[in-house]
Amino acid sequence: MSKRIDVKDLNVYYSKFLAVEDVNIEIEAKSVTAFIGPSGCGKSTFLRTLNRMHEVIPGGRVEGEVLLDGDNLYEPGVDPVTVRSQIGMVFQRPNPFPTMSIKDNVLAGVKLNGKKISRSDADSLVEKSLRGANLWNEVKDRLDKPGSGLSGGQQQRLCIARTIAVKPQVILMDEPCSALDPISTLAIEDLINELKSEFTVVIVTHNMQQAARVSDKTAFFNIAGTGKPGKLIEYADTATIFSNPSVKATEDYVSGRFG
Amino acid sequence: MTTNALRRNGSKGQAGDKVFSGAALGAGILILATLLAVAIFLFIQALPTFTADPTLITGGEGFASYIFPIVIGTVIAAAIALLIATPVGIAVALFISHYAPRRLAAGLGYVIDLLAAIPSVIYGAWGYLVLAPALVPTFQWLAANLGFIPIFAGPASQTGKTILTAGIVLAVMVLPIITSLSREIFLQTPKLHEEAALALGATRWEMITMSVLPFARPGIVSAVMLGLGRALGETMAVALVLSTGGLIPSLIKSGNQTIAAEIALNFPEAFGLRLAELIAAGLVLFVITLVVNLIARAIIARHKEFSGAN
Repeated sequence: MSKRIDVKDLNVYYSKFLAVEDVNIEIEAKSVTAFIGPSGCGKSTFLRTLNRMHEVIPGGRVEGEVLLDGDNLYEPGVDPVTVRSQIGMVFQRPNPFPTMSIKDNVLAGVKLNGKKISRSDADSLVEKSLRGANLWNEVKDRLDKPGSGLSGGQQQRLCIARTIAVKPQVILMDEPCSALDPISTLAIEDLINELKSEFTVVIVTHNMQQAARVSDKTAFFNIAGTGKPGKLIEYADTATIFSNPSVKATEDYVSGRFG
Repeated sequence: MTTNALRRNGSKGQAGDKVFSGAALGAGILILATLLAVAIFLFIQALPTFTADPTLITGGEGFASYIFPIVIGTVIAAAIALLIATPVGIAVALFISHYAPRRLAAGLGYVIDLLAAIPSVIYGAWGYLVLAPALVPTFQWLAANLGFIPIFAGPASQTGKTILTAGIVLAVMVLPIITSLSREIFLQTPKLHEEAALALGATRWEMITMSVLPFARPGIVSAVMLGLGRALGETMAVALVLSTGGLIPSLIKSGNQTIAAEIALNFPEAFGLRLAELIAAGLVLFVITLVVNLIARAIIARHKEFSGAN
Protein backbone atom coordinates (compact mmCIF):
# COMPACT_ATOMS: atom_id res chain seq x y z
CA MET A 1 0.00 0.00 0.00
CA SER A 2 2.61 2.50 -1.03
CA LYS A 3 3.89 3.77 -4.31
CA ARG A 4 6.96 5.59 -5.53
CA ILE A 5 6.98 9.05 -7.03
CA ASP A 6 9.12 10.15 -9.97
CA VAL A 7 9.27 13.80 -10.91
CA LYS A 8 10.57 14.77 -14.32
CA ASP A 9 11.55 18.30 -15.41
CA LEU A 10 8.96 19.98 -13.23
CA ASN A 11 8.46 23.74 -13.37
CA VAL A 12 5.94 25.30 -11.00
CA TYR A 13 4.29 28.62 -11.79
CA TYR A 14 2.01 31.05 -10.05
CA SER A 15 0.42 32.76 -13.06
CA LYS A 16 3.55 33.93 -14.90
CA PHE A 17 5.93 33.75 -11.96
CA LEU A 18 8.23 30.73 -12.04
CA ALA A 19 8.35 29.58 -8.42
CA VAL A 20 10.27 26.31 -8.71
CA GLU A 21 12.48 25.41 -11.67
CA ASP A 22 13.38 22.12 -13.26
CA VAL A 23 13.06 19.57 -10.47
CA ASN A 24 13.99 15.94 -11.12
CA ILE A 25 13.66 13.59 -8.18
CA GLU A 26 12.83 9.95 -7.46
CA ILE A 27 11.11 9.21 -4.17
CA GLU A 28 11.25 5.57 -3.10
CA ALA A 29 8.22 3.71 -1.82
CA LYS A 30 8.12 3.00 1.94
CA SER A 31 10.77 5.54 2.74
CA VAL A 32 10.88 8.93 4.42
CA THR A 33 12.14 11.76 2.26
CA ALA A 34 12.83 15.16 3.78
CA PHE A 35 12.87 18.49 1.93
CA ILE A 36 15.04 21.13 3.60
CA GLY A 37 16.07 24.64 2.61
CA PRO A 38 15.71 28.29 3.56
CA SER A 39 12.33 30.02 3.70
CA GLY A 40 10.84 30.84 0.32
CA CYS A 41 12.97 28.32 -1.57
CA GLY A 42 9.91 26.58 -2.94
CA LYS A 43 10.03 23.33 -0.98
CA SER A 44 6.45 23.67 0.29
CA THR A 45 5.30 24.78 -3.15
CA PHE A 46 6.96 21.74 -4.68
CA LEU A 47 5.46 19.45 -2.04
CA ARG A 48 2.00 20.74 -2.90
CA THR A 49 2.48 19.89 -6.56
CA LEU A 50 2.86 16.24 -5.55
CA ASN A 51 -0.88 15.99 -4.85
CA ARG A 52 -2.05 18.93 -6.96
CA MET A 53 -2.88 21.03 -3.87
CA HIS A 54 -1.02 23.99 -5.34
CA GLU A 55 -3.88 24.33 -7.84
CA VAL A 56 -6.03 25.55 -4.95
CA ILE A 57 -4.06 28.80 -5.06
CA PRO A 58 -5.29 30.95 -7.97
CA GLY A 59 -2.89 30.84 -10.91
CA GLY A 60 -1.01 27.76 -9.70
CA ARG A 61 0.08 25.45 -12.54
CA VAL A 62 2.97 23.20 -13.54
CA GLU A 63 4.93 22.01 -16.54
CA GLY A 64 6.52 18.57 -16.50
CA GLU A 65 5.52 15.22 -15.09
CA VAL A 66 4.86 13.75 -11.68
CA LEU A 67 4.52 9.98 -11.89
CA LEU A 68 2.91 7.89 -9.17
CA ASP A 69 4.17 4.38 -9.97
CA GLY A 70 4.33 5.48 -13.60
CA ASP A 71 0.94 7.24 -13.77
CA ASN A 72 1.23 10.94 -14.55
CA LEU A 73 -0.76 13.07 -12.11
CA TYR A 74 -0.96 15.88 -14.63
CA GLU A 75 -2.20 13.95 -17.63
CA PRO A 76 -5.35 15.53 -19.08
CA GLY A 77 -8.41 13.77 -17.71
CA VAL A 78 -6.86 13.00 -14.34
CA ASP A 79 -9.13 14.28 -11.57
CA PRO A 80 -7.25 16.05 -8.77
CA VAL A 81 -9.83 14.57 -6.38
CA THR A 82 -8.61 11.05 -7.20
CA VAL A 83 -4.99 12.16 -6.91
CA ARG A 84 -5.56 13.60 -3.44
CA SER A 85 -7.37 10.52 -2.18
CA GLN A 86 -4.21 8.54 -3.05
CA ILE A 87 -1.71 11.12 -1.87
CA GLY A 88 -2.74 12.59 1.46
CA MET A 89 -1.45 15.73 3.12
CA VAL A 90 -0.79 16.93 6.67
CA PHE A 91 -0.44 20.69 7.08
CA GLN A 92 1.74 23.06 9.02
CA ARG A 93 -0.98 24.01 11.45
CA PRO A 94 -3.27 21.28 12.79
CA ASN A 95 -6.62 21.65 11.03
CA PRO A 96 -9.22 19.22 12.35
CA PHE A 97 -12.75 20.11 11.24
CA PRO A 98 -13.98 22.23 14.16
CA THR A 99 -17.63 21.27 13.83
CA MET A 100 -16.96 17.53 13.82
CA SER A 101 -16.32 15.13 16.67
CA ILE A 102 -13.01 13.28 16.92
CA LYS A 103 -14.62 10.21 15.40
CA ASP A 104 -16.21 12.14 12.53
CA ASN A 105 -12.89 13.82 11.84
CA VAL A 106 -11.22 10.45 11.38
CA LEU A 107 -14.03 9.30 9.11
CA ALA A 108 -14.29 12.57 7.18
CA GLY A 109 -12.23 11.38 4.23
CA VAL A 110 -13.65 7.87 4.26
CA LYS A 111 -17.22 9.06 3.80
CA LEU A 112 -16.37 11.20 0.79
CA ASN A 113 -17.54 10.62 -2.78
CA GLY A 114 -20.75 9.00 -1.61
CA LYS A 115 -19.05 6.02 0.01
CA LYS A 116 -21.00 4.25 2.72
CA ILE A 117 -19.44 2.44 5.64
CA SER A 118 -21.18 0.21 8.16
CA ARG A 119 -21.18 1.18 11.79
CA SER A 120 -18.95 -1.66 12.95
CA ASP A 121 -16.49 -1.11 10.08
CA ALA A 122 -16.44 2.58 10.94
CA ASP A 123 -15.75 1.89 14.61
CA SER A 124 -12.88 -0.47 13.86
CA LEU A 125 -11.42 1.91 11.25
CA VAL A 126 -11.56 4.76 13.76
CA GLU A 127 -9.73 2.66 16.34
CA LYS A 128 -7.16 1.39 13.84
CA SER A 129 -6.45 4.87 12.45
CA LEU A 130 -6.20 6.47 15.89
CA ARG A 131 -3.92 3.69 17.06
CA GLY A 132 -1.91 4.19 13.89
CA ALA A 133 -1.51 7.83 14.85
CA ASN A 134 -0.62 6.96 18.49
CA LEU A 135 -3.68 8.84 19.69
CA TRP A 136 -6.13 6.09 20.61
CA ASN A 137 -5.30 5.86 24.31
CA GLU A 138 -5.64 9.60 24.80
CA VAL A 139 -9.02 10.02 23.10
CA LYS A 140 -10.82 6.67 23.29
CA ASP A 141 -13.13 7.94 26.04
CA ARG A 142 -14.14 11.11 24.22
CA LEU A 143 -14.59 10.15 20.59
CA ASP A 144 -17.80 12.17 20.39
CA LYS A 145 -16.23 15.37 21.68
CA PRO A 146 -15.05 18.03 19.23
CA GLY A 147 -11.58 17.61 17.79
CA SER A 148 -10.83 21.25 18.43
CA GLY A 149 -10.78 20.56 22.18
CA LEU A 150 -7.53 18.59 21.90
CA SER A 151 -4.03 20.02 22.41
CA GLY A 152 -2.06 21.12 19.35
CA GLY A 153 0.01 17.95 19.22
CA GLN A 154 -3.05 15.76 19.64
CA GLN A 155 -4.85 17.72 16.92
CA GLN A 156 -1.94 17.14 14.55
CA ARG A 157 -2.01 13.41 15.29
CA LEU A 158 -5.77 13.49 14.71
CA CYS A 159 -5.05 15.01 11.30
CA ILE A 160 -2.59 12.20 10.62
CA ALA A 161 -5.20 9.64 11.71
CA ARG A 162 -7.69 11.29 9.33
CA THR A 163 -5.15 11.05 6.53
CA ILE A 164 -4.20 7.40 7.07
CA ALA A 165 -7.87 6.40 7.44
CA VAL A 166 -8.36 6.85 3.68
CA LYS A 167 -5.40 4.46 3.11
CA PRO A 168 -3.35 6.68 0.82
CA GLN A 169 -0.26 5.54 -1.10
CA VAL A 170 1.75 8.55 -0.05
CA ILE A 171 1.57 10.99 2.85
CA LEU A 172 2.91 14.51 2.35
CA MET A 173 3.72 16.53 5.48
CA ASP A 174 4.26 20.27 5.27
CA GLU A 175 6.25 21.26 8.36
CA PRO A 176 3.95 19.16 10.56
CA CYS A 177 5.77 20.03 13.79
CA SER A 178 6.45 23.72 13.37
CA ALA A 179 3.49 24.69 15.55
CA LEU A 180 4.15 22.05 18.21
CA ASP A 181 6.15 21.82 21.43
CA PRO A 182 9.19 19.46 21.66
CA ILE A 183 7.30 16.61 23.34
CA SER A 184 4.54 16.63 20.72
CA THR A 185 7.21 16.91 18.03
CA LEU A 186 8.89 13.79 19.36
CA ALA A 187 5.56 11.94 19.28
CA ILE A 188 5.06 12.92 15.62
CA GLU A 189 8.62 11.92 14.72
CA ASP A 190 8.17 8.50 16.32
CA LEU A 191 4.95 8.19 14.38
CA ILE A 192 6.67 9.06 11.08
CA ASN A 193 9.13 6.24 11.73
CA GLU A 194 6.22 3.82 12.16
CA LEU A 195 4.30 5.16 9.15
CA LYS A 196 7.27 4.31 6.94
CA SER A 197 6.49 0.60 7.16
CA GLU A 198 3.18 1.17 5.35
CA PHE A 199 3.36 4.47 3.51
CA THR A 200 5.69 6.57 1.44
CA VAL A 201 6.29 9.72 3.50
CA VAL A 202 7.54 13.06 2.24
CA ILE A 203 8.17 15.75 4.83
CA VAL A 204 9.09 19.41 4.55
CA THR A 205 10.93 20.70 7.59
CA HIS A 206 12.84 23.74 8.76
CA ASN A 207 14.42 21.72 11.48
CA MET A 208 17.59 20.05 10.23
CA GLN A 209 17.90 17.79 13.27
CA GLN A 210 14.42 16.58 12.48
CA ALA A 211 15.37 15.81 8.88
CA ALA A 212 18.43 13.96 10.14
CA ARG A 213 16.37 12.00 12.70
CA VAL A 214 13.43 10.89 10.58
CA SER A 215 14.44 10.72 6.93
CA ASP A 216 16.20 8.16 4.73
CA LYS A 217 16.93 10.62 1.96
CA THR A 218 17.11 14.40 2.01
CA ALA A 219 16.61 16.96 -0.73
CA PHE A 220 18.11 20.41 -0.33
CA PHE A 221 16.32 23.28 -2.08
CA ASN A 222 17.75 26.75 -2.46
CA ILE A 223 16.96 30.07 -4.08
CA ALA A 224 19.45 32.38 -5.74
CA GLY A 225 17.70 35.54 -4.58
CA THR A 226 14.30 37.17 -4.13
CA GLY A 227 12.17 36.80 -7.25
CA LYS A 228 14.34 33.98 -8.59
CA PRO A 229 12.91 30.47 -8.85
CA GLY A 230 13.71 27.84 -6.23
CA LYS A 231 15.80 24.87 -7.34
CA LEU A 232 16.65 21.41 -6.13
CA ILE A 233 20.34 21.68 -5.31
CA GLU A 234 21.18 18.26 -3.99
CA TYR A 235 19.37 15.01 -3.29
CA ALA A 236 21.08 12.10 -1.56
CA ASP A 237 20.99 9.78 1.44
CA THR A 238 20.38 11.79 4.58
CA ALA A 239 23.71 10.67 6.05
CA THR A 240 25.54 11.93 2.98
CA ILE A 241 23.74 15.28 2.93
CA PHE A 242 24.60 15.95 6.55
CA SER A 243 28.17 14.57 6.65
CA ASN A 244 29.59 14.74 3.20
CA PRO A 245 27.50 16.85 0.77
CA SER A 246 28.86 17.33 -2.72
CA VAL A 247 27.63 20.91 -3.19
CA LYS A 248 29.10 23.80 -1.24
CA ALA A 249 25.70 25.48 -0.68
CA THR A 250 24.33 22.33 0.95
CA GLU A 251 27.30 22.13 3.27
CA ASP A 252 26.94 25.79 4.21
CA TYR A 253 23.26 25.32 4.93
CA VAL A 254 23.43 22.11 6.99
CA SER A 255 26.36 23.42 8.98
CA GLY A 256 24.40 26.57 9.77
CA ARG A 257 26.68 28.98 7.93
CA PHE A 258 23.75 30.62 6.16
CA GLY A 259 20.02 30.40 5.81
CA MET B 1 8.26 56.03 51.95
CA THR B 2 9.02 53.91 48.91
CA THR B 3 7.44 54.59 45.56
CA ASN B 4 6.74 51.84 43.12
CA ALA B 5 8.34 52.78 39.82
CA LEU B 6 5.91 50.56 37.97
CA ARG B 7 2.93 52.70 39.00
CA ARG B 8 1.81 55.10 36.35
CA ASN B 9 0.37 58.47 37.17
CA GLY B 10 -2.31 59.62 34.75
CA SER B 11 -0.59 59.57 31.39
CA LYS B 12 -2.28 60.59 28.18
CA GLY B 13 -2.71 56.98 27.05
CA GLN B 14 -4.77 56.25 30.14
CA ALA B 15 -7.09 59.16 29.49
CA GLY B 16 -7.67 57.97 25.93
CA ASP B 17 -8.47 54.53 27.23
CA LYS B 18 -11.05 55.91 29.65
CA VAL B 19 -12.68 58.12 27.01
CA PHE B 20 -12.97 55.23 24.61
CA SER B 21 -14.38 52.78 27.12
CA GLY B 22 -16.86 55.46 28.21
CA ALA B 23 -17.92 56.11 24.62
CA ALA B 24 -18.34 52.41 23.91
CA LEU B 25 -20.36 51.92 27.07
CA GLY B 26 -22.50 54.95 26.21
CA ALA B 27 -23.21 53.63 22.73
CA GLY B 28 -24.20 50.27 24.16
CA ILE B 29 -26.54 51.83 26.69
CA LEU B 30 -28.05 54.09 24.02
CA ILE B 31 -29.09 51.06 21.96
CA LEU B 32 -30.74 49.39 24.95
CA ALA B 33 -32.41 52.63 26.00
CA THR B 34 -33.80 53.17 22.49
CA LEU B 35 -35.15 49.65 22.36
CA LEU B 36 -36.72 50.04 25.79
CA ALA B 37 -38.20 53.42 24.87
CA VAL B 38 -39.80 51.94 21.75
CA ALA B 39 -41.25 49.09 23.77
CA ILE B 40 -42.61 51.46 26.43
CA PHE B 41 -44.09 53.80 23.82
CA LEU B 42 -45.81 50.94 22.02
CA PHE B 43 -47.13 49.51 25.26
CA ILE B 44 -48.52 52.77 26.67
CA GLN B 45 -50.09 53.87 23.40
CA ALA B 46 -51.56 50.43 22.84
CA LEU B 47 -52.95 50.09 26.33
CA PRO B 48 -56.48 51.41 25.57
CA THR B 49 -56.94 48.53 23.15
CA PHE B 50 -56.55 45.95 25.87
CA THR B 51 -58.90 47.65 28.33
CA ALA B 52 -61.58 48.71 25.84
CA ASP B 53 -64.93 46.99 25.41
CA PRO B 54 -64.33 44.13 22.93
CA THR B 55 -67.31 45.18 20.81
CA LEU B 56 -65.68 48.55 20.07
CA ILE B 57 -62.58 46.93 18.50
CA THR B 58 -62.54 46.60 14.71
CA GLY B 59 -64.46 43.45 13.91
CA GLY B 60 -66.40 43.71 17.13
CA GLU B 61 -64.92 40.63 18.81
CA GLY B 62 -61.99 41.99 20.74
CA PHE B 63 -58.34 42.57 19.95
CA ALA B 64 -57.31 38.89 19.76
CA SER B 65 -59.68 38.07 16.94
CA TYR B 66 -58.71 41.32 15.18
CA ILE B 67 -54.98 40.69 15.35
CA PHE B 68 -54.92 36.92 14.83
CA PRO B 69 -55.62 36.88 11.06
CA ILE B 70 -53.07 39.57 10.27
CA VAL B 71 -50.43 37.91 12.43
CA ILE B 72 -50.95 34.72 10.44
CA GLY B 73 -50.89 36.74 7.20
CA THR B 74 -47.60 38.37 8.23
CA VAL B 75 -46.08 35.02 9.11
CA ILE B 76 -47.25 33.44 5.83
CA ALA B 77 -45.83 36.26 3.70
CA ALA B 78 -42.51 36.19 5.56
CA ALA B 79 -42.35 32.40 5.44
CA ILE B 80 -42.90 32.36 1.67
CA ALA B 81 -40.21 35.02 1.28
CA LEU B 82 -37.67 33.08 3.35
CA LEU B 83 -38.54 29.73 1.79
CA ILE B 84 -37.61 31.18 -1.57
CA ALA B 85 -34.85 33.60 -0.61
CA THR B 86 -32.82 31.39 1.75
CA PRO B 87 -31.83 28.60 -0.66
CA VAL B 88 -31.47 30.97 -3.59
CA GLY B 89 -29.50 33.49 -1.52
CA ILE B 90 -27.12 30.85 -0.17
CA ALA B 91 -26.66 29.35 -3.62
CA VAL B 92 -25.89 32.74 -5.16
CA ALA B 93 -23.49 33.54 -2.31
CA LEU B 94 -21.70 30.21 -2.77
CA PHE B 95 -21.49 30.79 -6.49
CA ILE B 96 -19.90 34.19 -5.93
CA SER B 97 -17.52 33.02 -3.21
CA HIS B 98 -16.46 29.59 -4.48
CA TYR B 99 -17.49 28.94 -8.06
CA ALA B 100 -17.51 32.07 -10.18
CA PRO B 101 -14.34 33.28 -11.87
CA ARG B 102 -12.90 36.18 -9.95
CA ARG B 103 -13.94 38.96 -12.33
CA LEU B 104 -17.50 37.77 -12.61
CA ALA B 105 -17.69 37.32 -8.83
CA ALA B 106 -16.75 40.93 -8.14
CA GLY B 107 -19.29 42.25 -10.65
CA LEU B 108 -22.03 39.97 -9.43
CA GLY B 109 -21.39 40.88 -5.80
CA TYR B 110 -21.70 44.54 -6.71
CA VAL B 111 -25.01 44.02 -8.53
CA ILE B 112 -26.42 42.06 -5.58
CA ASP B 113 -25.47 44.87 -3.21
CA LEU B 114 -27.22 47.32 -5.53
CA LEU B 115 -30.42 45.28 -5.29
CA ALA B 116 -30.44 45.99 -1.56
CA ALA B 117 -30.36 49.72 -2.23
CA ILE B 118 -33.53 49.84 -4.35
CA PRO B 119 -36.35 51.50 -2.37
CA SER B 120 -39.18 49.18 -1.43
CA VAL B 121 -41.78 51.28 -3.24
CA ILE B 122 -40.05 50.40 -6.51
CA TYR B 123 -40.30 46.72 -5.67
CA GLY B 124 -43.95 47.29 -4.81
CA ALA B 125 -44.61 48.98 -8.16
CA TRP B 126 -42.81 46.21 -10.00
CA GLY B 127 -44.80 43.57 -8.15
CA TYR B 128 -48.05 45.41 -8.87
CA LEU B 129 -47.43 46.21 -12.54
CA VAL B 130 -45.26 43.33 -13.76
CA LEU B 131 -45.10 40.36 -11.43
CA ALA B 132 -48.75 40.08 -10.41
CA PRO B 133 -50.17 39.99 -13.99
CA ALA B 134 -47.37 37.66 -15.07
CA LEU B 135 -48.22 35.19 -12.30
CA VAL B 136 -51.92 34.89 -13.15
CA PRO B 137 -51.49 31.95 -15.60
CA THR B 138 -49.33 30.11 -13.06
CA PHE B 139 -51.94 30.64 -10.36
CA GLN B 140 -54.66 29.35 -12.66
CA TRP B 141 -52.59 26.27 -13.45
CA LEU B 142 -51.99 25.70 -9.74
CA ALA B 143 -55.70 26.03 -9.00
CA ALA B 144 -56.59 23.62 -11.81
CA ASN B 145 -53.97 20.96 -11.06
CA LEU B 146 -53.10 21.26 -7.38
CA GLY B 147 -56.38 22.79 -6.21
CA PHE B 148 -56.99 19.87 -3.86
CA ILE B 149 -54.22 21.22 -1.62
CA PRO B 150 -55.85 23.95 0.51
CA ILE B 151 -53.06 26.48 -0.11
CA PHE B 152 -53.68 26.28 -3.86
CA ALA B 153 -57.47 26.19 -3.70
CA GLY B 154 -59.17 28.09 -6.54
CA PRO B 155 -60.59 30.06 -8.10
CA ALA B 156 -57.32 31.87 -8.64
CA SER B 157 -57.14 35.64 -8.42
CA GLN B 158 -57.69 37.38 -11.77
CA THR B 159 -55.30 40.20 -10.88
CA GLY B 160 -52.57 38.06 -9.33
CA LYS B 161 -52.50 40.37 -6.30
CA THR B 162 -52.27 37.59 -3.73
CA ILE B 163 -50.24 36.75 -0.64
CA LEU B 164 -48.05 34.45 -2.75
CA THR B 165 -47.19 37.35 -5.06
CA ALA B 166 -46.43 39.52 -2.03
CA GLY B 167 -44.24 36.73 -0.64
CA ILE B 168 -42.31 36.49 -3.90
CA VAL B 169 -41.77 40.27 -4.00
CA LEU B 170 -40.55 40.09 -0.40
CA ALA B 171 -38.23 37.23 -1.36
CA VAL B 172 -36.62 39.41 -4.04
CA MET B 173 -36.18 42.18 -1.47
CA VAL B 174 -34.71 39.87 1.15
CA LEU B 175 -32.43 38.05 -1.28
CA PRO B 176 -29.64 40.67 -1.40
CA ILE B 177 -29.47 40.78 2.41
CA ILE B 178 -29.08 37.03 2.72
CA THR B 179 -26.72 36.85 -0.24
CA SER B 180 -24.31 39.58 0.70
CA LEU B 181 -24.06 38.57 4.37
CA SER B 182 -23.62 34.88 3.51
CA ARG B 183 -21.02 35.71 0.90
CA GLU B 184 -18.98 37.67 3.43
CA ILE B 185 -19.07 34.73 5.84
CA PHE B 186 -18.23 32.17 3.14
CA LEU B 187 -15.20 34.18 2.12
CA GLN B 188 -13.98 34.15 5.72
CA THR B 189 -13.83 30.36 5.91
CA PRO B 190 -10.27 29.55 7.02
CA LYS B 191 -8.19 28.35 4.03
CA LEU B 192 -6.80 25.76 6.41
CA HIS B 193 -10.16 24.02 6.74
CA GLU B 194 -10.89 24.16 3.04
CA GLU B 195 -7.50 22.63 2.27
CA ALA B 196 -8.03 19.96 4.90
CA ALA B 197 -11.10 18.78 3.02
CA LEU B 198 -9.51 19.04 -0.42
CA ALA B 199 -6.39 17.14 0.70
CA LEU B 200 -8.61 14.24 1.78
CA GLY B 201 -9.91 13.98 -1.75
CA ALA B 202 -13.08 16.04 -1.38
CA THR B 203 -14.77 17.47 -4.45
CA ARG B 204 -15.55 21.17 -4.39
CA TRP B 205 -19.10 20.54 -3.23
CA GLU B 206 -17.91 18.15 -0.52
CA MET B 207 -15.37 20.72 0.59
CA ILE B 208 -18.20 23.23 0.88
CA THR B 209 -20.38 20.92 2.96
CA MET B 210 -17.45 19.86 5.16
CA SER B 211 -15.79 23.17 5.87
CA VAL B 212 -17.59 26.20 4.44
CA LEU B 213 -21.19 25.57 5.51
CA PRO B 214 -20.43 24.38 9.07
CA PHE B 215 -18.18 27.38 9.57
CA ALA B 216 -20.80 29.74 8.13
CA ARG B 217 -23.83 28.28 9.95
CA PRO B 218 -24.21 30.95 12.63
CA GLY B 219 -23.64 33.62 10.00
CA ILE B 220 -26.29 32.13 7.74
CA VAL B 221 -28.77 32.05 10.63
CA SER B 222 -28.03 35.74 11.33
CA ALA B 223 -28.40 36.61 7.65
CA VAL B 224 -31.75 34.83 7.44
CA MET B 225 -32.90 36.56 10.63
CA LEU B 226 -32.00 39.98 9.24
CA GLY B 227 -33.86 39.03 6.08
CA LEU B 228 -36.81 37.90 8.16
CA GLY B 229 -36.76 41.23 9.95
CA ARG B 230 -37.14 43.01 6.65
CA ALA B 231 -39.82 40.61 5.41
CA LEU B 232 -41.88 40.98 8.61
CA GLY B 233 -41.64 44.74 8.67
CA GLU B 234 -41.95 45.50 4.97
CA THR B 235 -44.86 47.84 4.40
CA MET B 236 -44.89 49.55 1.03
CA ALA B 237 -44.34 46.54 -1.22
CA VAL B 238 -47.02 44.47 0.51
CA ALA B 239 -49.44 47.38 0.62
CA LEU B 240 -49.09 47.85 -3.14
CA VAL B 241 -49.03 44.22 -4.20
CA LEU B 242 -51.58 42.56 -1.95
CA SER B 243 -55.28 42.96 -2.42
CA THR B 244 -56.27 42.46 1.16
CA GLY B 245 -59.06 40.55 2.79
CA GLY B 246 -59.87 38.14 5.57
CA LEU B 247 -57.67 35.23 6.53
CA ILE B 248 -57.91 32.43 3.96
CA PRO B 249 -55.72 29.38 3.53
CA SER B 250 -55.41 29.74 -0.24
CA LEU B 251 -52.27 31.60 -1.30
CA ILE B 252 -53.53 32.30 -4.81
CA LYS B 253 -56.78 34.07 -3.97
CA SER B 254 -57.18 37.69 -2.89
CA GLY B 255 -57.16 37.90 0.87
CA ASN B 256 -54.92 37.94 3.93
CA GLN B 257 -53.15 40.97 5.31
CA THR B 258 -49.87 41.69 7.05
CA ILE B 259 -49.43 43.78 10.18
CA ALA B 260 -47.11 46.34 8.61
CA ALA B 261 -49.37 46.92 5.61
CA GLU B 262 -52.45 47.05 7.86
CA ILE B 263 -50.85 49.81 9.92
CA ALA B 264 -49.66 51.77 6.90
CA LEU B 265 -52.98 51.61 5.04
CA ASN B 266 -55.11 52.64 8.02
CA PHE B 267 -52.82 54.95 9.97
CA PRO B 268 -53.59 58.23 8.13
CA GLU B 269 -57.29 58.12 9.03
CA ALA B 270 -57.00 56.52 12.43
CA PHE B 271 -57.65 58.30 15.73
CA GLY B 272 -58.63 57.37 19.27
CA LEU B 273 -59.19 53.69 19.82
CA ARG B 274 -58.43 52.76 16.19
CA LEU B 275 -55.01 54.42 16.54
CA ALA B 276 -54.36 52.46 19.74
CA GLU B 277 -55.38 49.30 17.93
CA LEU B 278 -52.87 49.89 15.16
CA ILE B 279 -50.12 50.62 17.67
CA ALA B 280 -51.04 47.45 19.52
CA ALA B 281 -50.62 45.65 16.21
CA GLY B 282 -47.18 47.23 15.99
CA LEU B 283 -46.43 45.97 19.49
CA VAL B 284 -47.36 42.46 18.41
CA LEU B 285 -45.01 42.73 15.40
CA PHE B 286 -42.27 43.91 17.75
CA VAL B 287 -42.80 40.90 20.00
CA ILE B 288 -42.80 38.50 17.02
CA THR B 289 -39.48 39.89 15.80
CA LEU B 290 -38.03 39.64 19.30
CA VAL B 291 -39.13 36.02 19.74
CA VAL B 292 -37.79 35.04 16.32
CA ASN B 293 -34.42 36.57 17.16
CA LEU B 294 -34.29 34.79 20.52
CA ILE B 295 -35.00 31.48 18.80
CA ALA B 296 -32.23 32.17 16.30
CA ARG B 297 -29.79 32.93 19.14
CA ALA B 298 -30.78 29.69 20.82
CA ILE B 299 -30.13 27.75 17.61
CA ILE B 300 -26.67 29.25 17.33
CA ALA B 301 -25.85 28.70 21.01
CA ARG B 302 -26.91 25.05 20.95
CA HIS B 303 -23.93 24.20 18.74
CA LYS B 304 -21.39 26.26 20.62
CA GLU B 305 -19.20 23.33 21.61
CA PHE B 306 -18.69 22.43 17.98
CA SER B 307 -18.45 25.99 16.66
CA GLY B 308 -14.68 25.97 16.55
CA ALA B 309 -14.53 28.95 18.89
CA ASN B 310 -12.92 26.88 21.64
